[in-house]
Amino acid sequence: MTIWRHGREARDARVAAGAKLAKGKIVEASDATRLLEATIRPGDRVCLEGDNQKQANLLSAALLAVDLAKVNNLHMVQSGVVLPEHLDVFERGVAKRLDYAYSGPQSARIARMLFGGKIELGALHTYLELFARYFIDLTPNVALIGAVSADRDGNLYTGPNTEDTPTVVEATAFKDGIVIAQVNEIVDKVPRVDIPGDRVQFVVKSDKPFFVEPLFTRDPAAITESQILTAMLAIKGIYAPYGVRRLNHGIGFNTAAIELLLPTYGEKLALKGKVASHFALNPHPALIPAIESGWVEQIHSFGSEVGMEEYIRARSDVFFTGPDGSLRSNRAFCQTAGLYACDMFIGSTLQIDLQGNSSTVTTSRIAGFGGAPNMGADARGRRHPSGPWLQAGREADPDGSALLRRGRKLVVQIGETFGDKNVPLFVESLDALALAEKLKLELAPVMIYGDDVTHIITEEGIANLLLCRDASEREQAIRGVAGYTEVGRGRDRRMVQNLRERGVIRRPEDLGIDPLDADRSMLAARSIKDLVRWSGGLYAPPSQFRNW
Amino acid sequence: MEDMSFRHSDRERAPGARKMAIIGVVASGNLEVLAERVLPDAECLVAIRTAAEGFGDVWRAVISDFVERHPSGGLKFSINDGGARPDTVSLRLAQAVRLMKEDDR
Repeated sequence: MTIWRHGREARDARVAAGAKLAKGKIVEASDATRLLEATIRPGDRVCLEGDNQKQANLLSAALLAVDLAKVNNLHMVQSGVVLPEHLDVFERGVAKRLDYAYSGPQSARIARMLFGGKIELGALHTYLELFARYFIDLTPNVALIGAVSADRDGNLYTGPNTEDTPTVVEATAFKDGIVIAQVNEIVDKVPRVDIPGDRVQFVVKSDKPFFVEPLFTRDPAAITESQILTAMLAIKGIYAPYGVRRLNHGIGFNTAAIELLLPTYGEKLALKGKVASHFALNPHPALIPAIESGWVEQIHSFGSEVGMEEYIRARSDVFFTGPDGSLRSNRAFCQTAGLYACDMFIGSTLQIDLQGNSSTVTTSRIAGFGGAPNMGADARGRRHPSGPWLQAGREADPDGSALLRRGRKLVVQIGETFGDKNVPLFVESLDALALAEKLKLELAPVMIYGDDVTHIITEEGIANLLLCRDASEREQAIRGVAGYTEVGRGRDRRMVQNLRERGVIRRPEDLGIDPLDADRSMLAARSIKDLVRWSGGLYAPPSQFRNW
Repeated sequence: MEDMSFRHSDRERAPGARKMAIIGVVASGNLEVLAERVLPDAECLVAIRTAAEGFGDVWRAVISDFVERHPSGGLKFSINDGGARPDTVSLRLAQAVRLMKEDDR
């Protein structure tokens, strides 16, 4: 007779082995490595959380210390490769294969290890894509997750940084996997149940709170005049004419400048209530002045931001919060919201080529994608109309039938023509291509494909790629805003002039913007301290941002 | 350090009466521009001292666009550059011209 319960029986055996180390579901931190040795089998798929911000760092240290005779050749399936331990497990041979989405702080080391063959790479994903594969062909056997607190039944409270946890647990727990949580404390009753206890097999009490990195704090003091100019161009040249209300912002200084110009420059242009009212966004501190000035109706968040906890609690009209009052974030839902329910993504990148393809990969750094490709891509499954979406679709295909024409998401790349250390933003060929050849990848790691990009903004002006009718117009439109980079100096001046006359390229003066007005006095907050003041003292910036 | 200078003639006179203006700071990624009204009305000179070597072509392009966009006749600009990006250079030069538009003081 066929047996259909292999998975269930295997899980029951693992739980029984782990239970010997537990009191109920609770395991002492000192037994964490032994627990992992008891519950993980060689070659298992393991999700070691591993989010954009929150890190199950006790469990990553415990995994690194396992007996290699018991645990080896694991296949790690996690969205964030963030801690040194996430790569140490490959160095030591605990793990062999990797599928991931984001590796910001480890981008240089992961590149070295990929070149050196220390890691067998599955693929680089976007968040939503990796989450999707958790339910099809990358389902974890074991999930090692992080939470703020647990009760004795294993009910978990994740606090504001819920992030990937519900998705990881859903995929693991309902497919015969084991879920092990590290928590900061064990309590009699959790403030709210983010993960129901029957999905959690073991709870390890950590001596120290899990690691969270403030990734979304941009100090207004570091915003330059050129960034302010690009922000003015964005507000007057894109937010206003398209009437963009539902959007996502990237994490760079240009978008921080936009956030800080809404209550000043945006107010002057009478745009309040007409643009930037609904966001898929982490709680950016730079958005505080716009929130306080009544610009923002609603924000759904992928994760939280260190220091914003009390401010969020006090502004539940704007943020999604639980019955306990604290933020409930959820990366999978927020990514879906950004993909399907936002009309615009605006963010920065490191390289843009002549077709408009962009990438944050350089020859020595592989930062991964995170969520930008989901934000910065047209959702082909979208069916609901909106003003900006229809307008962008009309510009791309003016002769198409109105009732059959797809709209377009506005995908805007914003930046200065030269970045840090005078490195040009515009290049003839992306470093991602060289890297793909060197690593023999089947696909170059392109962050946003050129055919999804609708606008490029630099201090020299806005290129509207929707209005370009062929590849050579597109190339000249990009060269035409590429400033004094080699790509910019290589422009066909006559063609660029022609594109400007057609409104494909718009200079600051074409929009009635004097670059000399791009002054720091226009920022609603010019320092972190100003942000604290705007928040009425509710925002508590982490120490590295306290420079007063 | 690298020194270079660019001279342009047949320029329109820079408006205003101010004799001298200074803007910006010498810092990493920034620059200081000293503007002086000391040349014949149709002449413009930009003298550059920069910490970043090998960007002569970029400077030439930045300065030639600048004199095309702004009436700068009669002005001598002395630039102390700390490796500023071209967009910052253009901005500081434009700011200097605006200051020179003011009455003398």
